[in-house]
Amino acid sequence: MPAHKLLGMALRYLLLIWIAMIFIFPIVFMVISSLKPDLQLLSDSSSLRAFLPVGDISPTNYLSAFDRAPILLFIFNSVLITGITIVFSLFLCSLAAFSFVFLSWRGQGVIFAIILATFIVPFETIAVPLLLIVNNLPWIGLEGIKNSWINSYHVQIIPFIADALTIFLFVQYFRDLPKDLIEASRIDGATWFQVYRRVIMPLSGPIIATAAILKFLMMYNNQLLWPIMVVQEESYRPVMLGLQYFFQLNTQWGEIMAYLTIITIPVLIFYLLLQKAFIASIASTGIKG
Amino acid sequence: MGQVILKSVQKKFGDLEVIPNLSLIIPEGSFTVLVGPSGCGKSTILRLIAGLEDATGGEIIIDDIDVTHLEPSKRKIAMVFQSYALYPHMTVAENIGFGLTLAKVSKKDIQKRVNEVAKILQLEKLLQRKPKQLSGGQRQRVAIGRAITRNPKVFLFDEPLSNLDASLRGQMRVELTELHAQIKATMVYVTHDQVEAMTMADQIVVLNQGVIEQVGTPMDLYDFPESLFVARFIGSPKMNIMEGEIAEKYFCQKLGVRPEHMEISKEEGVLNGSIRHIEKLGADTLVYSEIKGYDTITARVVGNLEMKIGDTIHLRFDKKHVHRFSNGNRLNTQF
Repeated sequence: MPAHKLLGMALRYLLLIWIAMIFIFPIVFMVISSLKPDLQLLSDSSSLRAFLPVGDISPTNYLSAFDRAPILLFIFNSVLITGITIVFSLFLCSLAAFSFVFLSWRGQGVIFAIILATFIVPFETIAVPLLLIVNNLPWIGLEGIKNSWINSYHVQIIPFIADALTIFLFVQYFRDLPKDLIEASRIDGATWFQVYRRVIMPLSGPIIATAAILKFLMMYNNQLLWPIMVVQEESYRPVMLGLQYFFQLNTQWGEIMAYLTIITIPVLIFYLLLQKAFIASIASTGIKG
Repeated sequence: MGQVILKSVQKKFGDLEVIPNLSLIIPEGSFTVLVGPSGCGKSTILRLIAGLEDATGGEIIIDDIDVTHLEPSKRKIAMVFQSYALYPHMTVAENIGFGLTLAKVSKKDIQKRVNEVAKILQLEKLLQRKPKQLSGGQRQRVAIGRAITRNPKVFLFDEPLSNLDASLRGQMRVELTELHAQIKATMVYVTHDQVEAMTMADQIVVLNQGVIEQVGTPMDLYDFPESLFVARFIGSPKMNIMEGEIAEKYFCQKLGVRPEHMEISKEEGVLNGSIRHIEKLGADTLVYSEIKGYDTITARVVGNLEMKIGDTIHLRFDKKHVHRFSNGNRLNTQF
């Protein structure tokens, strides 16, 4: 390989390594800090030592974190809430998108425009009205009839099932699928739901993965304001609410870092599982992650 | 097998009238080809028969049943698309049997039917492959197989060979014609390629801007084109159309002579000029000549021709081979 090409390639790799490090450093800082006692953590934070496993390294912070909060319960709650929301969201949002793309019905364009408009409404503006609604909604569950949704899993799931972004992602993807396939399946005798289930969804793997990852991040990371408003009982709390156990009179930064490291693991596992399809989807649809 | 009748069928897309008013009978068991230039409405007619588009007016009758407002799957038709429209996530066997699976036919019967169809189309060794592992011709066969499986009354083909290369297209033309002879079903075939129309059809429908120009057998259309449009569209190379003094001699506005009826003469002919271009096809030679006062005139000569570009050429033709047109229509009167 000629020298100038080799140099060009080396520069490109250097740039990529630099960008990768910008993204990786906060995670490295978090993991390394979780292994250090507070005194050392604070003194190291002004130097490169903050990113190196040097000095007094031990898993003490992890053990203390588990003592301070029911971490496994919080992770279970978060994964349960996020998982159920994702399953229902993928199903309902893809069905909605299917009807926007493949069916024709009166008011279709207006409804789609309204859904897209909800993009610009921040959750904070609807939080209080939503709270008033769920506070007065009845629910029939295993424990019988309740007059309110407060203090439950479903109050953290149902309001977040449908969202404009997921519908929009599916609509964009469906629009690129060949119309001939849908027409061929109609001639073959498929009902609209069979077209959805047997033709469209099996071809939508990449967009399902993308929507699932985005929804996971949206749900898992943002479980703070709404749970504070609707969940008082510890047994329904998600991981983000668990953080408040560590911000008390005597804040232990090492324990906080240990807690954050633990609750990051489900995100990494979920992403790694769907990574291949996620990248394929971004590459093929031009959606920017 | 089913006869297809279109009675005063109309189709509008918004304000755009694609099919103004079309009536047509497609006989039972025939191989009918709808042919015409791009945008003439031939694919729209096929889609109207399939039920993929709703007719704005008129009636569509298949096998004595008015299907105008029936769902595509209830019309007893099958369609082969230009893109083949094979389900990419299914194997060849699953693609072929998909219609039967939807109809809740037992797995055993589906397998039996799929095997029968695979045998007819020589797909036995490919049944477990996915469409992306097949060549263009094999995909085409799978698409046809999917159509055959359901035993439809009418097969609809929407330019099914246009994605294939020339040699494969020729081979598939033969296979489709043989298949028609074998299963004796009514087939409606859309193409813009008049060679396909001539070689495959037993009835050709020539369309122009949503209106039928002529319906007939390939040789009817070739020998007796009812309009200037059909005369120009059917035949390759195209019919020579001349106007002016020579047409007046034959008491018409435009005079047509097929290239194979143009004779090269050693003496002064009816048309005299110089050779502009020569195409040697092996069995035939096409000679394109620059004739003063006319467009390029084409002559088809059997065998090789010992002439070269720029040579003087004299052409003549027999009056029994001329086609006379006035106001765009054929004149059948004696002259």
